[in-house]
Amino acid sequence: MSAVHGLDVSLRQDAPVSLDAQFRCASGEVLALVGPSGSGKSTILRTIAGACRAARGTITVNGETWFDSARGLYLAPHSRAVGMVFQSYALFPHMTALGNVMAGMGHLPAIAREAHARNLLELVRLSGLERRRPAELSGGQQQRVAVARALARAPKVLLLDEPFSAVDKVTRQRLYREIAELRRGLNMPVVLVTHDLDEATMLADRMTVLHRGRTLQTGRPEEVTNRPASTEVARLVDLRNLFAGTIAGHGPKDRTVIDWVGVKIETTARPEFALGQDVSWVVPDGFVVLHRRDRPSRGEHENPVPGTVEAVLAIGQTAHVTLRPGHAPDLPIRFSVPLHVARRNGLTAGVEAIVSLLAEGIHLLPAHAGPADGG
Amino acid sequence: MDWTAFWLSLQLAACTVLLLLPIGVALGRLLAYRDFIGKGMAEAVVALPLVLPPTVFGYYLLVSFGAASPIGQLWQAAFGRPLVFTFEGLLIASIVFNLPFAIQPMQRGFEAIPLDVREAAACCGMSPWRALMKVELPLAWPGILTAMVLSFAHTLGEFGIVLMVGGAIPGETRTIAIAIYDRVQAFDGAAAGRMSALLLAISLVTIALTFVLSRRVGRRLG
Repeated sequence: MSAVHGLDVSLRQDAPVSLDAQFRCASGEVLALVGPSGSGKSTILRTIAGACRAARGTITVNGETWFDSARGLYLAPHSRAVGMVFQSYALFPHMTALGNVMAGMGHLPAIAREAHARNLLELVRLSGLERRRPAELSGGQQQRVAVARALARAPKVLLLDEPFSAVDKVTRQRLYREIAELRRGLNMPVVLVTHDLDEATMLADRMTVLHRGRTLQTGRPEEVTNRPASTEVARLVDLRNLFAGTIAGHGPKDRTVIDWVGVKIETTARPEFALGQDVSWVVPDGFVVLHRRDRPSRGEHENPVPGTVEAVLAIGQTAHVTLRPGHAPDLPIRFSVPLHVARRNGLTAGVEAIVSLLAEGIHLLPAHAGPADGG
Repeated sequence: MDWTAFWLSLQLAACTVLLLLPIGVALGRLLAYRDFIGKGMAEAVVALPLVLPPTVFGYYLLVSFGAASPIGQLWQAAFGRPLVFTFEGLLIASIVFNLPFAIQPMQRGFEAIPLDVREAAACCGMSPWRALMKVELPLAWPGILTAMVLSFAHTLGEFGIVLMVGGAIPGETRTIAIAIYDRVQAFDGAAAGRMSALLLAISLVTIALTFVLSRRVGRRLG
Protein backbone atom coordinates (compact mmCIF):
# COMPACT_ATOMS: atom_id res chain seq x y z
CA MET A 1 0.00 0.00 0.00
CA SER A 2 2.93 2.33 0.47
CA ALA A 3 4.77 4.04 -2.33
CA VAL A 4 8.19 2.44 -2.54
CA HIS A 5 9.90 5.68 -3.39
CA GLY A 6 8.77 8.77 -1.63
CA LEU A 7 6.79 9.87 1.35
CA ASP A 8 3.43 8.39 2.21
CA VAL A 9 1.42 10.07 4.96
CA SER A 10 -1.90 9.13 6.50
CA LEU A 11 -2.87 10.78 9.80
CA ARG A 12 -6.02 10.90 11.87
CA GLN A 13 -6.77 12.35 15.27
CA ASP A 14 -9.44 14.38 17.03
CA ALA A 15 -7.40 16.36 19.56
CA PRO A 16 -5.51 18.55 20.31
CA VAL A 17 -5.50 19.46 16.61
CA SER A 18 -8.05 17.63 14.51
CA LEU A 19 -6.36 15.79 11.64
CA ASP A 20 -7.63 13.75 8.72
CA ALA A 21 -4.84 13.92 6.20
CA GLN A 22 -3.65 11.63 3.42
CA PHE A 23 -1.08 12.47 0.78
CA ARG A 24 1.93 11.15 -1.06
CA CYS A 25 5.00 12.88 -2.31
CA ALA A 26 7.29 11.09 -4.74
CA SER A 27 11.08 11.41 -4.71
CA GLY A 28 12.12 14.52 -6.54
CA GLU A 29 8.63 15.97 -6.30
CA VAL A 30 7.65 19.19 -4.53
CA LEU A 31 4.26 18.95 -2.83
CA ALA A 32 2.76 22.12 -1.38
CA LEU A 33 0.46 21.89 1.63
CA VAL A 34 -1.79 24.91 1.28
CA GLY A 35 -4.39 26.23 3.67
CA PRO A 36 -5.31 29.14 5.87
CA SER A 37 -3.50 29.61 9.16
CA GLY A 38 -4.71 27.12 11.72
CA SER A 39 -5.49 24.51 9.07
CA GLY A 40 -2.96 22.09 10.54
CA LYS A 41 -0.20 22.48 7.94
CA SER A 42 2.60 22.97 10.43
CA THR A 43 1.24 20.26 12.71
CA ILE A 44 1.40 17.78 9.83
CA LEU A 45 4.95 18.82 9.01
CA ARG A 46 6.02 18.49 12.65
CA THR A 47 4.32 15.10 12.79
CA ILE A 48 6.37 13.93 9.80
CA ALA A 49 9.50 15.18 11.56
CA GLY A 50 8.44 13.36 14.72
CA ALA A 51 8.07 16.43 16.94
CA CYS A 52 4.35 15.69 17.22
CA ARG A 53 2.73 12.31 17.39
CA ALA A 54 -0.67 11.71 15.79
CA ALA A 55 -3.24 9.50 17.47
CA ARG A 56 -3.66 7.22 14.45
CA GLY A 57 -2.01 6.75 11.11
CA THR A 58 1.15 5.83 9.26
CA ILE A 59 4.17 7.63 7.87
CA THR A 60 6.45 5.73 5.52
CA VAL A 61 9.47 6.98 3.64
CA ASN A 62 10.91 4.92 0.78
CA GLY A 63 9.20 1.87 2.24
CA GLU A 64 10.68 2.48 5.72
CA THR A 65 8.04 2.98 8.42
CA TRP A 66 8.57 6.00 10.67
CA PHE A 67 5.20 5.87 12.35
CA ASP A 68 2.49 3.25 12.51
CA SER A 69 -0.05 3.63 15.30
CA ALA A 70 -1.56 0.20 14.68
CA ARG A 71 1.79 -1.49 15.27
CA GLY A 72 2.78 0.93 18.04
CA LEU A 73 5.76 1.99 15.97
CA TYR A 74 7.17 5.48 16.46
CA LEU A 75 10.64 6.48 15.41
CA ALA A 76 12.16 9.24 17.58
CA PRO A 77 12.68 12.57 15.75
CA HIS A 78 16.46 12.34 15.85
CA SER A 79 16.32 8.91 14.24
CA ARG A 80 14.31 10.15 11.24
CA ALA A 81 16.39 11.39 8.34
CA VAL A 82 14.45 14.62 7.79
CA GLY A 83 15.74 18.00 6.78
CA MET A 84 13.53 20.75 8.09
CA VAL A 85 13.61 24.44 7.31
CA PHE A 86 11.64 26.23 10.00
CA GLN A 87 9.52 29.31 9.48
CA SER A 88 11.82 31.37 11.70
CA TYR A 89 14.81 29.24 10.57
CA ALA A 90 15.53 28.13 14.17
CA LEU A 91 19.27 28.45 13.66
CA PHE A 92 21.45 27.78 16.69
CA PRO A 93 22.36 31.33 17.74
CA HIS A 94 25.54 30.33 19.55
CA MET A 95 27.05 28.62 16.52
CA THR A 96 28.54 30.04 13.35
CA ALA A 97 26.98 29.39 9.95
CA LEU A 98 29.49 26.59 9.50
CA GLY A 99 28.77 25.24 13.00
CA ASN A 100 25.04 25.23 12.28
CA VAL A 101 25.53 23.17 9.13
CA MET A 102 28.00 20.84 10.84
CA ALA A 103 25.52 20.31 13.68
CA GLY A 104 23.46 18.24 11.27
CA MET A 105 26.32 15.94 10.36
CA GLY A 106 26.42 13.55 13.30
CA HIS A 107 26.22 10.69 10.79
CA LEU A 108 29.55 11.62 9.18
CA PRO A 109 33.03 11.00 10.61
CA ALA A 110 34.22 14.17 12.37
CA ILE A 111 37.05 14.70 9.91
CA ALA A 112 34.72 14.85 6.88
CA ARG A 113 32.22 17.29 8.35
CA GLU A 114 33.86 20.64 7.78
CA ALA A 115 34.63 20.08 4.10
CA HIS A 116 31.10 18.86 3.44
CA ALA A 117 29.60 21.79 5.36
CA ARG A 118 31.69 24.23 3.31
CA ASN A 119 30.41 22.58 0.12
CA LEU A 120 26.82 22.97 1.25
CA LEU A 121 27.35 26.63 2.15
CA GLU A 122 28.85 27.12 -1.29
CA LEU A 123 25.79 25.44 -2.80
CA VAL A 124 23.56 28.03 -1.13
CA ARG A 125 26.00 30.79 -2.10
CA LEU A 126 27.28 31.64 1.35
CA SER A 127 30.99 31.10 0.80
CA GLY A 128 32.97 33.58 2.82
CA LEU A 129 30.33 33.89 5.57
CA GLU A 130 31.16 30.58 7.29
CA ARG A 131 32.35 32.25 10.49
CA ARG A 132 29.36 34.55 10.94
CA ARG A 133 26.81 33.90 13.63
CA PRO A 134 23.10 33.98 12.71
CA ALA A 135 22.71 37.43 14.30
CA GLU A 136 25.31 38.74 11.87
CA LEU A 137 23.46 37.46 8.79
CA SER A 138 20.53 38.97 6.87
CA GLY A 139 17.15 37.20 6.78
CA GLY A 140 17.84 35.77 3.34
CA GLN A 141 21.28 34.56 4.38
CA GLN A 142 19.84 32.95 7.50
CA GLN A 143 17.30 31.15 5.34
CA ARG A 144 20.09 29.76 3.19
CA VAL A 145 22.01 28.56 6.25
CA ALA A 146 18.79 26.83 7.33
CA VAL A 147 18.50 25.16 3.91
CA ALA A 148 22.15 24.06 4.02
CA ARG A 149 21.67 22.72 7.55
CA ALA A 150 18.55 20.81 6.48
CA LEU A 151 20.51 19.20 3.63
CA ALA A 152 23.49 18.43 5.89
CA ARG A 153 21.89 15.32 7.22
CA ALA A 154 21.44 13.77 3.75
CA PRO A 155 17.71 13.70 4.50
CA LYS A 156 15.27 11.27 2.95
CA VAL A 157 12.58 13.96 3.13
CA LEU A 158 12.94 17.73 3.00
CA LEU A 159 10.32 19.73 4.89
CA LEU A 160 9.92 23.47 4.35
CA ASP A 161 7.66 25.30 6.82
CA GLU A 162 6.68 28.63 5.27
CA PRO A 163 10.35 29.28 4.58
CA PHE A 164 9.76 32.52 2.70
CA SER A 165 7.42 34.28 5.10
CA ALA A 166 10.09 36.09 7.11
CA VAL A 167 11.96 37.80 4.27
CA ASP A 168 11.17 40.89 2.23
CA LYS A 169 9.60 40.60 -1.20
CA VAL A 170 12.76 41.19 -3.24
CA THR A 171 14.71 38.59 -1.27
CA ARG A 172 11.77 36.23 -1.55
CA GLN A 173 11.72 36.42 -5.34
CA ARG A 174 15.44 35.68 -5.41
CA LEU A 175 15.05 32.77 -2.99
CA TYR A 176 12.23 31.33 -5.14
CA ARG A 177 14.59 31.18 -8.09
CA GLU A 178 17.35 29.67 -5.99
CA ILE A 179 15.07 27.03 -4.48
CA ALA A 180 13.67 26.19 -7.91
CA GLU A 181 17.24 25.76 -9.13
CA LEU A 182 18.35 23.83 -6.07
CA ARG A 183 15.49 21.35 -6.15
CA ARG A 184 16.49 20.04 -9.56
CA GLY A 185 19.51 18.47 -7.88
CA LEU A 186 17.50 16.98 -5.01
CA ASN A 187 16.23 13.47 -5.36
CA MET A 188 13.95 13.34 -2.36
CA PRO A 189 10.34 14.24 -1.57
CA VAL A 190 10.03 17.92 -0.70
CA VAL A 191 7.00 19.10 1.28
CA LEU A 192 6.45 22.83 1.27
CA VAL A 193 3.98 24.38 3.68
CA THR A 194 2.60 27.73 2.61
CA HIS A 195 -0.53 29.82 2.81
CA ASP A 196 0.44 31.55 -0.41
CA LEU A 197 -1.26 30.06 -3.48
CA ASP A 198 1.05 31.87 -5.88
CA GLU A 199 4.06 30.45 -4.09
CA ALA A 200 2.58 26.96 -4.30
CA THR A 201 1.79 27.37 -7.99
CA MET A 202 5.28 28.67 -8.69
CA LEU A 203 7.30 26.08 -6.77
CA ALA A 204 5.24 22.92 -6.43
CA ASP A 205 4.52 20.06 -8.79
CA ARG A 206 1.37 19.25 -6.91
CA MET A 207 -0.55 20.84 -4.09
CA THR A 208 -2.78 19.58 -1.33
CA VAL A 209 -5.47 21.87 0.03
CA LEU A 210 -5.98 21.61 3.76
CA HIS A 211 -8.74 22.93 5.94
CA ARG A 212 -9.15 22.27 9.65
CA GLY A 213 -6.67 19.41 9.46
CA ARG A 214 -8.43 17.69 6.54
CA THR A 215 -6.82 17.19 3.15
CA LEU A 216 -9.53 18.21 0.72
CA GLN A 217 -7.91 17.89 -2.69
CA THR A 218 -4.53 17.03 -4.15
CA GLY A 219 -3.52 17.75 -7.71
CA ARG A 220 -1.47 19.91 -10.03
CA PRO A 221 -1.69 23.52 -8.84
CA GLU A 222 -3.59 24.81 -11.87
CA GLU A 223 -5.93 21.83 -11.67
CA VAL A 224 -6.75 22.54 -8.03
CA THR A 225 -7.08 26.28 -8.47
CA ASN A 226 -9.20 26.01 -11.63
CA ARG A 227 -11.11 22.81 -10.98
CA PRO A 228 -11.77 22.56 -7.26
CA ALA A 229 -13.37 19.34 -6.09
CA SER A 230 -15.80 21.11 -3.76
CA THR A 231 -17.19 24.51 -2.96
CA GLU A 232 -15.00 24.43 0.15
CA VAL A 233 -11.85 24.09 -1.95
CA ALA A 234 -13.17 26.77 -4.31
CA ARG A 235 -13.39 29.20 -1.40
CA LEU A 236 -9.99 28.19 -0.05
CA VAL A 237 -8.25 28.75 -3.38
CA ASP A 238 -9.93 32.13 -3.54
CA LEU A 239 -12.29 31.39 -6.42
CA ARG A 240 -14.78 34.12 -5.74
CA ASN A 241 -16.98 33.60 -8.78
CA LEU A 242 -18.82 30.71 -7.19
CA PHE A 243 -22.50 30.46 -8.06
CA ALA A 244 -25.44 28.07 -7.89
CA GLY A 245 -27.25 26.81 -10.99
CA THR A 246 -29.38 24.02 -12.42
CA ILE A 247 -28.52 21.65 -15.25
CA ALA A 248 -30.75 22.81 -18.12
CA GLY A 249 -29.56 20.34 -20.73
CA HIS A 250 -26.75 18.45 -22.36
CA GLY A 251 -26.55 20.14 -25.71
CA PRO A 252 -24.71 19.54 -28.94
CA LYS A 253 -21.07 20.33 -29.58
CA ASP A 254 -19.91 18.79 -26.31
CA ARG A 255 -21.66 21.36 -24.25
CA THR A 256 -23.65 21.22 -21.05
CA VAL A 257 -26.00 24.10 -20.40
CA ILE A 258 -26.86 25.40 -16.98
CA ASP A 259 -29.53 27.80 -15.91
CA TRP A 260 -28.12 30.65 -13.85
CA VAL A 261 -31.01 32.74 -12.51
CA GLY A 262 -32.75 32.56 -15.90
CA VAL A 263 -29.64 33.00 -18.03
CA LYS A 264 -28.27 30.03 -19.97
CA ILE A 265 -24.57 29.39 -19.41
CA GLU A 266 -22.70 26.91 -21.59
CA THR A 267 -19.91 24.78 -20.19
CA THR A 268 -17.84 21.88 -21.44
CA ALA A 269 -19.80 18.59 -21.42
CA ARG A 270 -20.40 17.15 -17.95
CA PRO A 271 -22.83 14.28 -18.65
CA GLU A 272 -22.41 12.96 -15.11
CA PHE A 273 -24.79 15.65 -13.88
CA ALA A 274 -28.48 14.85 -14.37
CA LEU A 275 -30.96 17.15 -16.03
CA GLY A 276 -32.53 19.43 -13.45
CA GLN A 277 -29.83 18.74 -10.87
CA ASP A 278 -28.72 21.63 -8.69
CA VAL A 279 -25.02 22.36 -9.08
CA SER A 280 -22.41 24.86 -7.99
CA TRP A 281 -20.19 26.36 -10.64
CA VAL A 282 -17.08 28.44 -10.65
CA VAL A 283 -15.34 30.53 -13.23
CA PRO A 284 -11.74 31.48 -12.37
CA ASP A 285 -10.69 35.06 -12.82
CA GLY A 286 -8.62 34.21 -15.92
CA PHE A 287 -11.64 32.91 -17.81
CA VAL A 288 -13.70 36.09 -17.48
CA VAL A 289 -13.03 38.16 -20.62
CA LEU A 290 -13.99 41.80 -20.90
CA HIS A 291 -15.61 42.90 -24.18
CA ARG A 292 -14.12 46.01 -25.70
CA ARG A 293 -16.52 48.78 -24.86
CA ASP A 294 -15.70 50.85 -27.97
CA ARG A 295 -16.63 47.96 -30.30
CA PRO A 296 -19.61 46.13 -28.81
CA SER A 297 -20.02 42.66 -30.21
CA ARG A 298 -23.35 41.28 -29.20
CA GLY A 299 -23.98 37.61 -28.84
CA GLU A 300 -20.90 36.51 -30.70
CA HIS A 301 -18.88 35.60 -27.67
CA GLU A 302 -19.37 32.71 -25.30
CA ASN A 303 -21.72 33.28 -22.40
CA PRO A 304 -22.00 37.07 -22.65
CA VAL A 305 -23.09 38.65 -19.37
CA PRO A 306 -23.96 42.36 -19.46
CA GLY A 307 -23.90 44.32 -16.24
CA THR A 308 -22.91 47.43 -14.39
CA VAL A 309 -19.41 48.01 -13.09
CA GLU A 310 -19.68 48.51 -9.36
CA ALA A 311 -16.05 49.11 -8.45
CA VAL A 312 -12.62 49.25 -10.02
CA LEU A 313 -9.78 48.83 -7.58
CA ALA A 314 -6.26 49.38 -8.86
CA ILE A 315 -3.58 47.37 -7.07
CA GLY A 316 -0.20 47.82 -8.70
CA GLN A 317 -0.63 47.35 -12.43
CA THR A 318 -3.81 45.31 -12.08
CA ALA A 319 -7.39 46.54 -11.91
CA HIS A 320 -9.76 44.41 -9.86
CA VAL A 321 -13.26 44.84 -11.23
CA THR A 322 -16.62 43.99 -9.69
CA LEU A 323 -19.46 43.67 -12.18
CA ARG A 324 -23.11 43.35 -11.17
CA PRO A 325 -24.93 41.35 -13.86
CA GLY A 326 -28.12 42.96 -15.19
CA HIS A 327 -30.20 39.85 -14.56
CA ALA A 328 -28.83 39.13 -11.08
CA PRO A 329 -27.35 42.27 -9.47
CA ASP A 330 -26.87 40.52 -6.14
CA LEU A 331 -24.45 37.96 -7.65
CA PRO A 332 -21.39 40.04 -8.56
CA ILE A 333 -18.74 38.67 -10.95
CA ARG A 334 -15.18 39.55 -10.03
CA PHE A 335 -12.31 39.63 -12.47
CA SER A 336 -9.10 41.49 -13.07
CA VAL A 337 -7.57 43.13 -16.12
CA PRO A 338 -4.31 44.97 -16.63
CA LEU A 339 -4.67 48.54 -15.49
CA HIS A 340 -4.07 49.94 -18.98
CA VAL A 341 -6.92 47.79 -20.36
CA ALA A 342 -9.25 49.17 -17.71
CA ARG A 343 -8.17 52.72 -18.61
CA ARG A 344 -8.50 52.24 -22.36
CA ASN A 345 -11.99 50.82 -21.93
CA GLY A 346 -12.99 53.60 -19.59
CA LEU A 347 -13.90 51.16 -16.86
CA THR A 348 -15.11 53.13 -13.87
CA ALA A 349 -17.82 52.61 -11.32
CA GLY A 350 -21.31 52.94 -12.83
CA VAL A 351 -20.54 52.23 -16.50
CA GLU A 352 -22.14 49.39 -18.44
CA ALA A 353 -19.88 46.53 -19.53
CA ILE A 354 -20.13 43.04 -20.97
CA VAL A 355 -17.98 40.06 -20.05
CA SER A 356 -17.79 36.61 -21.53
CA LEU A 357 -17.49 33.59 -19.28
CA LEU A 358 -15.36 31.16 -21.28
CA ALA A 359 -17.00 27.73 -21.37
CA GLU A 360 -13.70 25.86 -21.07
CA GLY A 361 -12.98 27.63 -17.78
CA ILE A 362 -16.36 27.00 -16.17
CA HIS A 363 -16.18 24.16 -13.72
CA LEU A 364 -19.24 22.38 -12.34
CA LEU A 365 -19.28 20.74 -8.95
CA PRO A 366 -21.96 19.10 -6.86
CA ALA A 367 -24.02 21.63 -4.95
CA HIS A 368 -23.09 21.81 -1.28
CA ALA A 369 -20.17 19.44 -1.71
CA GLY A 370 -18.33 19.51 1.59
CA PRO A 371 -19.42 21.61 4.54
CA ALA A 372 -20.84 24.85 3.22
CA ASP A 373 -19.96 28.35 4.35
CA GLY A 374 -16.33 27.68 5.00
CA GLY A 375 -15.70 31.36 5.17
CA MET B 1 38.73 36.48 62.05
CA ASP B 2 37.40 32.94 62.15
CA TRP B 3 39.12 31.37 59.14
CA THR B 4 37.81 27.89 60.01
CA ALA B 5 34.25 29.18 59.78
CA PHE B 6 35.05 31.07 56.60
CA TRP B 7 36.61 28.00 55.00
CA LEU B 8 33.66 25.85 56.10
CA SER B 9 31.23 28.32 54.53
CA LEU B 10 33.15 28.25 51.25
CA GLN B 11 33.16 24.45 51.27
CA LEU B 12 29.45 24.32 52.03
CA ALA B 13 28.65 26.84 49.29
CA ALA B 14 30.83 25.08 46.72
CA CYS B 15 29.43 21.63 47.49
CA THR B 16 25.88 22.99 47.43
CA VAL B 17 26.40 24.57 44.00
CA LEU B 18 28.05 21.47 42.56
CA LEU B 19 25.28 19.16 43.75
CA LEU B 20 22.54 21.61 42.82
CA LEU B 21 23.79 21.96 39.25
CA PRO B 22 22.55 18.59 37.94
CA ILE B 23 19.44 18.71 40.16
CA GLY B 24 18.59 22.22 38.99
CA VAL B 25 19.18 21.42 35.33
CA ALA B 26 17.01 18.30 35.52
CA LEU B 27 14.16 19.92 37.48
CA GLY B 28 14.37 23.31 35.76
CA ARG B 29 14.24 21.66 32.34
CA LEU B 30 11.37 19.42 33.45
CA LEU B 31 9.35 22.39 34.68
CA ALA B 32 10.19 24.40 31.56
CA TYR B 33 9.26 21.82 28.93
CA ARG B 34 6.83 19.35 30.41
CA ASP B 35 3.22 19.73 31.39
CA PHE B 36 2.07 17.30 34.01
CA ILE B 37 -0.63 16.99 36.61
CA GLY B 38 0.40 18.82 39.76
CA LYS B 39 2.94 21.02 38.02
CA GLY B 40 1.60 24.11 39.77
CA MET B 41 1.93 22.34 43.10
CA ALA B 42 5.50 21.26 42.28
CA GLU B 43 6.42 24.84 41.41
CA ALA B 44 4.85 26.04 44.66
CA VAL B 45 6.82 23.51 46.71
CA VAL B 46 10.05 24.53 44.99
CA ALA B 47 9.33 28.19 45.73
CA LEU B 48 8.36 27.54 49.35
CA PRO B 49 11.78 28.35 50.88
CA LEU B 50 11.42 31.88 49.46
CA VAL B 51 8.46 32.70 51.67
CA LEU B 52 8.85 30.44 54.71
CA PRO B 53 10.73 31.97 57.68
CA PRO B 54 14.14 30.24 57.87
CA THR B 55 13.50 29.16 61.45
CA VAL B 56 10.25 27.45 60.46
CA PHE B 57 11.91 25.78 57.51
CA GLY B 58 14.86 24.84 59.69
CA TYR B 59 12.55 23.40 62.33
CA TYR B 60 10.88 21.07 59.82
CA LEU B 61 14.25 19.99 58.44
CA LEU B 62 15.49 19.35 61.99
CA VAL B 63 12.46 17.22 62.72
CA SER B 64 12.67 15.26 59.48
CA PHE B 65 16.47 14.74 59.75
CA GLY B 66 16.41 13.93 63.48
CA ALA B 67 17.47 10.60 65.02
CA ALA B 68 13.81 9.65 65.50
CA SER B 69 12.85 10.31 61.88
CA PRO B 70 12.94 7.70 59.07
CA ILE B 71 15.46 9.81 57.11
CA GLY B 72 17.67 10.22 60.17
CA GLN B 73 17.50 6.50 60.98
CA LEU B 74 18.24 5.53 57.39
CA TRP B 75 21.24 7.85 57.35
CA GLN B 76 22.47 6.52 60.68
CA ALA B 77 22.15 2.94 59.42
CA ALA B 78 23.95 3.71 56.18
CA PHE B 79 26.79 5.94 57.40
CA GLY B 80 26.99 5.25 61.12
CA ARG B 81 26.55 8.86 62.19
CA PRO B 82 23.60 11.18 62.68
CA LEU B 83 22.42 13.61 60.05
CA VAL B 84 21.61 16.60 62.24
CA PHE B 85 24.44 18.77 63.57
CA THR B 86 26.82 17.42 60.91
CA PHE B 87 28.28 18.92 57.73
CA GLU B 88 26.36 16.42 55.58
CA GLY B 89 23.06 17.35 57.22
CA LEU B 90 23.87 20.99 56.72
CA LEU B 91 24.71 20.32 53.07
CA ILE B 92 21.38 18.57 52.43
CA ALA B 93 19.51 21.39 54.18
CA SER B 94 21.47 23.86 52.12
CA ILE B 95 20.51 22.10 48.88
CA VAL B 96 16.84 22.09 49.87
CA PHE B 97 16.64 25.73 50.86
CA ASN B 98 18.52 26.77 47.72
CA LEU B 99 16.15 24.95 45.37
CA PRO B 100 14.20 28.07 44.36
CA PHE B 101 17.39 30.07 43.81
CA ALA B 102 18.76 27.34 41.55
CA ILE B 103 15.69 26.04 39.78
CA GLN B 104 13.85 29.22 38.93
CA PRO B 105 16.65 30.94 36.95
CA MET B 106 17.47 27.67 35.22
CA GLN B 107 13.80 27.12 34.36
CA ARG B 108 13.64 30.63 32.86
CA GLY B 109 16.85 29.89 30.98
CA PHE B 110 15.39 26.75 29.41
CA GLU B 111 12.06 28.44 28.74
CA ALA B 112 13.85 31.13 26.76
CA ILE B 113 14.95 28.58 24.15
CA PRO B 114 12.37 28.61 21.35
CA LEU B 115 10.55 25.34 20.69
CA ASP B 116 11.62 25.28 17.05
CA VAL B 117 15.29 25.57 18.01
CA ARG B 118 14.92 22.48 20.18
CA GLU B 119 13.04 20.72 17.40
CA ALA B 120 15.76 21.76 14.98
CA ALA B 121 18.29 19.98 17.18
CA ALA B 122 16.30 16.75 16.86
CA CYS B 123 15.87 17.32 13.12
CA CYS B 124 19.67 17.63 12.93
CA GLY B 125 19.85 14.09 14.26
CA MET B 126 20.94 15.02 17.77
CA SER B 127 19.88 12.59 20.49
CA PRO B 128 18.19 14.25 23.50
CA TRP B 129 21.46 14.03 25.47
CA ARG B 130 23.50 15.54 22.65
CA ALA B 131 20.90 18.27 22.12
CA LEU B 132 21.13 19.09 25.84
CA MET B 133 24.91 19.39 25.72
CA LYS B 134 25.26 21.11 22.34
CA VAL B 135 22.21 23.36 22.18
CA GLU B 136 20.18 23.64 25.37
CA LEU B 137 22.94 24.10 27.97
CA PRO B 138 24.87 26.69 25.94
CA LEU B 139 21.66 28.66 25.32
CA ALA B 140 20.36 28.34 28.88
CA TRP B 141 23.81 29.22 30.24
CA PRO B 142 22.95 32.74 31.48
CA GLY B 143 20.14 31.30 33.62
CA ILE B 144 22.33 28.46 34.87
CA LEU B 145 25.12 30.85 35.77
CA THR B 146 22.73 33.14 37.62
CA ALA B 147 21.37 30.15 39.50
CA MET B 148 24.83 29.02 40.56
CA VAL B 149 25.93 32.44 41.73
CA LEU B 150 22.71 33.07 43.64
CA SER B 151 22.93 29.69 45.36
CA PHE B 152 26.58 30.28 46.27
CA ALA B 153 25.96 33.73 47.72
CA HIS B 154 22.81 32.64 49.47
CA THR B 155 24.54 29.68 51.13
CA LEU B 156 27.33 31.93 52.43
CA GLY B 157 24.80 34.20 54.08
CA GLU B 158 22.16 31.77 55.37
CA PHE B 159 21.77 31.94 59.13
CA GLY B 160 18.49 30.64 60.55
CA ILE B 161 18.36 27.26 58.90
CA VAL B 162 22.05 26.61 59.56
CA LEU B 163 21.58 27.33 63.25
CA MET B 164 18.51 25.09 63.49
CA VAL B 165 19.91 22.10 61.59
CA GLY B 166 23.61 22.43 62.26
CA GLY B 167 24.04 24.26 65.49
CA ALA B 168 27.44 25.93 65.78
CA ILE B 169 30.01 23.15 66.01
CA PRO B 170 33.42 24.62 65.06
CA GLY B 171 34.85 22.95 61.94
CA GLU B 172 31.66 21.00 61.36
CA THR B 173 28.66 23.28 61.15
CA ARG B 174 29.82 26.70 62.31
CA THR B 175 29.61 28.86 59.19
CA ILE B 176 30.82 32.42 58.90
CA ALA B 177 27.32 33.82 59.35
CA ILE B 178 27.05 31.98 62.67
CA ALA B 179 30.55 33.09 63.64
CA ILE B 180 29.62 36.72 63.04
CA TYR B 181 26.60 36.33 65.31
CA ASP B 182 28.80 34.70 67.99
CA ARG B 183 31.33 37.56 67.82
CA VAL B 184 28.54 40.11 68.19
CA GLN B 185 27.18 38.22 71.18
CA ALA B 186 30.68 38.25 72.67
CA PHE B 187 30.97 42.04 72.13
CA ASP B 188 33.89 41.42 69.69
CA GLY B 189 32.78 44.16 67.31
CA ALA B 190 36.10 44.31 65.47
CA ALA B 191 36.06 40.62 64.43
CA ALA B 192 32.35 40.79 63.54
CA GLY B 193 33.04 43.85 61.43
CA ARG B 194 35.95 42.25 59.55
CA MET B 195 33.98 39.10 58.78
CA SER B 196 30.92 41.08 57.73
CA ALA B 197 33.02 43.22 55.42
CA LEU B 198 34.54 40.10 53.86
CA LEU B 199 31.10 38.57 53.30
CA LEU B 200 29.86 41.84 51.83
CA ALA B 201 32.82 42.03 49.45
CA ILE B 202 32.41 38.42 48.29
CA SER B 203 28.68 38.88 47.69
CA LEU B 204 29.25 42.06 45.74
CA VAL B 205 31.95 40.51 43.57
CA THR B 206 29.95 37.36 42.77
CA ILE B 207 26.84 39.32 41.84
CA ALA B 208 28.86 41.73 39.70
CA LEU B 209 30.53 38.77 38.04
CA THR B 210 27.14 37.29 37.06
CA PHE B 211 26.06 40.53 35.48
CA VAL B 212 29.27 40.85 33.50
CA LEU B 213 29.26 37.23 32.37
CA SER B 214 25.60 37.07 31.42
CA ARG B 215 25.93 40.31 29.48
CA ARG B 216 28.87 38.85 27.60
CA VAL B 217 26.87 35.70 26.84
CA GLY B 218 23.92 37.86 25.78
CA ARG B 219 26.16 39.74 23.34
CA ARG B 220 27.51 36.50 21.96
CA LEU B 221 24.02 35.16 21.30
CA GLY B 222 22.96 38.45 19.75
